[in-house]
Amino acid sequence: MTERVPVLKIGDVLLVSIQVELEDQVVLELQDDLAARIVESGATGVVIDITAVEIVDSFVGRMLATTAAISRMLDAQTVVVGMRPAVAITLVELGLSLGGVRTALTLEKGLDILARRDTTRPAQR
Amino acid sequence: MTGLAPVPDTGHETVPISSNDDVVRARQLVRSLAQRCKLSLVDQTKLVTAASELARNTLVYGGGGVMRVGLVRRDSRVGVTAVFEDSGPGIPDVDQALTDGWTSGGGLGLGLSGARRLVDDFTLDTEVGSGTQVAVTKWAR
Repeated sequence: MTERVPVLKIGDVLLVSIQVELEDQVVLELQDDLAARIVESGATGVVIDITAVEIVDSFVGRMLATTAAISRMLDAQTVVVGMRPAVAITLVELGLSLGGVRTALTLEKGLDILARRDTTRPAQR
Repeated sequence: MTGLAPVPDTGHETVPISSNDDVVRARQLVRSLAQRCKLSLVDQTKLVTAASELARNTLVYGGGGVMRVGLVRRDSRVGVTAVFEDSGPGIPDVDQALTDGWTSGGGLGLGLSGARRLVDDFTLDTEVGSGTQVAVTKWAR
């Protein structure tokens, strides 16, 4: 039995902090959950915190890239925060540089990026 | 199959790879051995990532199989070797399979080629119709 990764909402931002060992099925469910929650909540930003994630392989890397692309289509920006240095080195060597994925070193910086983006948009609702 | 994949020498373990759960367990086992032989954090991360790619290949393309893993010694060096074995369809064109971006399934085509870049030693032995064996080793510096 696998657990879903919780998706939290703070203002216009959805926050996902991955604290579990990622099994492929969990990764796919998270991708679907996020797309649904963006539409349901009208969120304009998504932060995925991978501070606790020890490895990002091509499957998880693809999920990050796909999630970023899906959320862009749903009018939300994704920022991946907290990547460990060893994970960054490994990903690049693996051949995945996650070109389309915005990253920030910390959760705070990630939220800053999303807040700045919001002020450049016309007021919503 | 005829290859000369290294066999982990002392106290190696064999674990099944027949579900997503097993891939996670294989990863954890490789990590604990990498820590035991004092690989640097970056090297641990590279090896575990390679193991994750190869375990998934064993499951998805090989139809399941096993991983044998253990510490190895050469001269005064210590390392971790992990061997992934399946009795699946085999790989008809190895060069193609080791090319970045080429995939026979729905993946990114980085698993095999990427895993090779992440480790020190890499051997691939495959026969169409009888299976594939991939052995990887990372040595402590």
